[in-house]
Amino acid sequence: MTTTTGTRIRGGIGESVKRPDGIPKVIGNFAYASDLAADGMLWGATLRSPYARARVVRLDPAAALAIPGVQAILTQDDVPGRKTFGQITADQPVLVDGEARFWGEPAAVVAADDPETARLAVAAIDVEWEELEPLVDMEEALGRDEVFRYAPVRRGDPDATGTVVVEGYYEVGMQDQAPLGTEAGLAIPDGEGGVDLWVTSQWTHEDHDQIWRSLDLAPDQVRQHPTGIGGAFGAREDMSLHIHVCLLALRTGRPVKMVYNREESFPGHVHRHPARMWYRHEADADGTLVKVEAKIILDGGAYMDTTPAVVGNAVYFTTGPYRVDSVQVDGYGVRTNNPPTGAMRGFGVVQVCFAHESQMDRLAEALGMDPLELRKHNALTTGDPLPTTGQIIETPLPTVGVIEQLAAIPLPPPLDSDDPRRLPGGTGLTTTPDYVTRGVGYAVSLKNIAFSEAFDDFAEARVVLSPSGVEVHTAAVEVGQGMVTVLQQIARTALGVEQVAIVPTDTSEIGSAGSTSASRQTQMAGGAVLEAARAVRDLALEQAGGDDLTSDGVWRAGELVMTLDELCADGPISHHTRFRHPPTEEPDENGQGDLHADFAVAAHRAVVDVDAELGLVRVVQVDTAQDVGLVLNPQSVRGQIEGGILQGVGLAVMEELVLDRGIILNASFTDYLLPTFLDAPEVEMALIEEPSPWGPFGAKGMGEPPTISSTPAVVAAIRNATGLELNRVPIRPQDITGT
Amino acid sequence: MDIRFRLNGEDRAVDAGASQSLLSLLRDGLGLPGSKNACEQGECGSCTVVMDGRAVCSCLVLAADTDGADITTVEGLGDEDTLHAVQAALVDGGGVQCGFCTPGFVVAAAHLFESNPTPSTDEIREALSGNICRCTGYGGILRSLEGLAGR
Amino acid sequence: MEIDRPTDLATALEALRQAPDATLLAGGTDLMVEINFGHRRPEHVIALRRVNELQEVDGTIGAGVTWARLEEGPHRALAQAARTVGSPQIRAAGTIGGNLGTASPAGDGLPFLVALDAEIELRSAAGSRRLRWDEFLTGPKLTALQPGELIHSVVLPEEIPARQEFGKVGVRNAMVISAVMACVVRYEDGRTRVAVGSAGPTTLRMGRAEEMISAEADPSAAALSEFQRLVSEEVRPITDHRSTESYRRHAAGVIARRLLERCLR
Repeated sequence: MTTTTGTRIRGGIGESVKRPDGIPKVIGNFAYASDLAADGMLWGATLRSPYARARVVRLDPAAALAIPGVQAILTQDDVPGRKTFGQITADQPVLVDGEARFWGEPAAVVAADDPETARLAVAAIDVEWEELEPLVDMEEALGRDEVFRYAPVRRGDPDATGTVVVEGYYEVGMQDQAPLGTEAGLAIPDGEGGVDLWVTSQWTHEDHDQIWRSLDLAPDQVRQHPTGIGGAFGAREDMSLHIHVCLLALRTGRPVKMVYNREESFPGHVHRHPARMWYRHEADADGTLVKVEAKIILDGGAYMDTTPAVVGNAVYFTTGPYRVDSVQVDGYGVRTNNPPTGAMRGFGVVQVCFAHESQMDRLAEALGMDPLELRKHNALTTGDPLPTTGQIIETPLPTVGVIEQLAAIPLPPPLDSDDPRRLPGGTGLTTTPDYVTRGVGYAVSLKNIAFSEAFDDFAEARVVLSPSGVEVHTAAVEVGQGMVTVLQQIARTALGVEQVAIVPTDTSEIGSAGSTSASRQTQMAGGAVLEAARAVRDLALEQAGGDDLTSDGVWRAGELVMTLDELCADGPISHHTRFRHPPTEEPDENGQGDLHADFAVAAHRAVVDVDAELGLVRVVQVDTAQDVGLVLNPQSVRGQIEGGILQGVGLAVMEELVLDRGIILNASFTDYLLPTFLDAPEVEMALIEEPSPWGPFGAKGMGEPPTISSTPAVVAAIRNATGLELNRVPIRPQDITGT
Repeated sequence: MDIRFRLNGEDRAVDAGASQSLLSLLRDGLGLPGSKNACEQGECGSCTVVMDGRAVCSCLVLAADTDGADITTVEGLGDEDTLHAVQAALVDGGGVQCGFCTPGFVVAAAHLFESNPTPSTDEIREALSGNICRCTGYGGILRSLEGLAGR
Repeated sequence: MEIDRPTDLATALEALRQAPDATLLAGGTDLMVEINFGHRRPEHVIALRRVNELQEVDGTIGAGVTWARLEEGPHRALAQAARTVGSPQIRAAGTIGGNLGTASPAGDGLPFLVALDAEIELRSAAGSRRLRWDEFLTGPKLTALQPGELIHSVVLPEEIPARQEFGKVGVRNAMVISAVMACVVRYEDGRTRVAVGSAGPTTLRMGRAEEMISAEADPSAAALSEFQRLVSEEVRPITDHRSTESYRRHAAGVIARRLLERCLR
């Protein structure tokens, strides 16, 4: 029997509970992967390809090995097990296997006594490259059939026609997650042939399953431990230096640490897929959508990574949260010699949302309709089929609600300051208010939560009740978003016990919790913790014959009948669970099926001030209404929304990796521009709480939607201010000035 | 090479490596990992320390040139039991997520409040415009520090 | 690596005499980036931040004066430029002498100096010499500084117009390398000087635009447009990952015109 505790517990769900890692982080003693050290530790460094495509003519480490302090130099020949890795298909060589396929691809790794010696050794490796012609254009790649995944959608009558037609072509540049912490890891040999690894990761078990294969070890000989992560946003969804640092540790028999510098970090992780998208919307005169056709190409870069899943998302969310009876989509993820792309917050939906929201605005204009009215008129809701796949949506989907609640947020006052910090161009003193035009724009998005397309998506957790309190064991990775706080809150509320610790748990101690991505850990790890905690509570009540559990013990009819000490006299009460969300299906050949586990909608309104003559923008305010199921921690929710919005703003107006023949020209924080404090808009928000059928207490994952529709909202606002078409993000000054 | 400086209120004699930055010396040589390495080119502020009364990027200070300097790192501002007011404000106000930028924000903000205990919103934003945060969108940081400024 | 940490100019010059090829270190904000990424490994460093004589601001500006100090004045346009240099942390360490020594076309402090025809005073153990800015800045990241010499100070002319404005165009609202930037100064008799940065191999003066607008006592809207056009024509920008040649050309004209408008108010 499960009952919920009658007393409201301190630190339970719904409160802005402080982070357990907050104090260590502000005093500087929280241990990130790059802070770890071990006695006798060596330092690793990486030799990388200087070309996007090149053949290794010669790679001779002998001279570098002779440098005093250099302990090992390894190449692909030294990989004892599986020579390749990759999450979906193991198509990436651990180290270059004769031909480098992207700029910065690791070709050899060094271990040396100190970082300086390691770096000198890399420079001393005798390597000769023969540059080959790189494939860098995604349409050319498609023409050559270099395709990681083709995903079609055929739903409804392909010959359906509307009276109003808008066509558009849209592009998205390559955005980088740019987490502040770079890739870092420490591998310590266990003296018995195995290795312990602490490394920046969003999913320890998935990494682990690839690492032991390449090391030619048994799975239990490799243990991957959680560690402090300085941000992720998708960048740690795929592996970086994991296998390298283990190889070096096993070869030298000593602990080895590797930390990428910022220049290496840019090619050292996957990026957001650049996209080219052709759209055609047809609607009736009253605005009812009749048909959406689209062709979407995503540049998957040199290796597959998670490209197939990203393509799926792009295709299945092609239309956004709108009812359409006819949807015809062709989506492609192609292979090029550009930097590999994979997971980044929004995961394929960011790209198509920019396109479908641009289309909706253009359609509204063609119809002479208010853009929000057009969206509400077509709003998708619970009980409707997802227009792409036909899946009946069972979760609450308050599309009209987010639009109306967003529109109800008051607009900021007109520009009333000549302080440069409140003007486009900022402290550069480029402008004065008389050169500034204000614009307002809206966008709405629909995103799936957790893994889709029949993936066996689960999360494990173990909840242990002892006299000192509760321990929660899970391999779910905290990357900064605040999951550890929310898991504590869930456990407290479910158990009625206040003292809850989230215990870092390595891959040998518990099964997978899945990736910290896809907005899924609140629902997945949270769901597992809730399930296990409820089971522990039931066990405790049953054992003591009580009806309530608190930090004091078990109660019956208002009387304490058993203390925690007595309850746990024979040992802690524990329950281990593997939580699964409702099963999803593989798409059929037309992309049809129940592919997704849950959905959420969000809407954004951007207010921008534009200096059109110079093409400079200040994003003044971005307001949002978001469907979050239930707010578990208001402060965390706010933090996720504000942070996610700023990443969307970044993609709209400044963030792009600039490539030339596949080489990143701006692989530094000097030139890959992240929004500063003076670029950050104010944010007002409305949260809609309609419980998810399976999220803990009804909560929905909410990390990605803030990044998805914020970008097209900013673009719409700039269009509103300038009258320009603007079919590409990021918008560069020259796109506005036309020069 | 041997240098002497005052570090978090304590006189120290240390060995600085050739071409070593102060950041590297603090992190790898002196066991003070609070100052973070995120860009090594003065474009993120994660390694901010106060040196001789100025908030600077420790990645851009040659360790060998710190002889005679008075340096305060995040570790010198507060500890678990006695948080600096800025540290407490950031914990309470939702100014911390992944936390990698946090020590730099703590030092830069503490330095700001030292010279200006009641900064305006725009003064806070400009004074911290050299500190990049990728997680929070700066909202939680701003509210934390506005609160501290009595706003 | 050897390091000298002189506290006075004479000692610094003597150290430099003994090691004429030593690497000069002031605020470190340029040099340390190169060191951190392994592009430079100096064998001998002379650290100049303790040299008192380089810290003075009166008729001249000592090479060791930081941007943070220049933000406070006394020169309006230089203060405006100083406020845009990197981040507050960079401004607390970086110096105007470093800007000159690095000689990047994107050096934020340079347009002001170039607009005023500043001279650069160089010192060595053997003596001193003054070079006009265009004798000193010989190309992108190239200067006339000789081994054994250091940058002592910037010497500004006696007559400095009160009407002086700086503006910097970049994609981000703080901490950004300019796409293009400019400084415009206008004397009471109408003489106008315009310097543009990030729009050529070095900071450039806009001779034709200056000549045209200097002759206008009370420039009309048409004159302002013509001024803008001439600046756009006269700059020599390139396309790179930060911006394009044509945007820089356009933006240089616009920002120069706007700065002139401000000077005329």
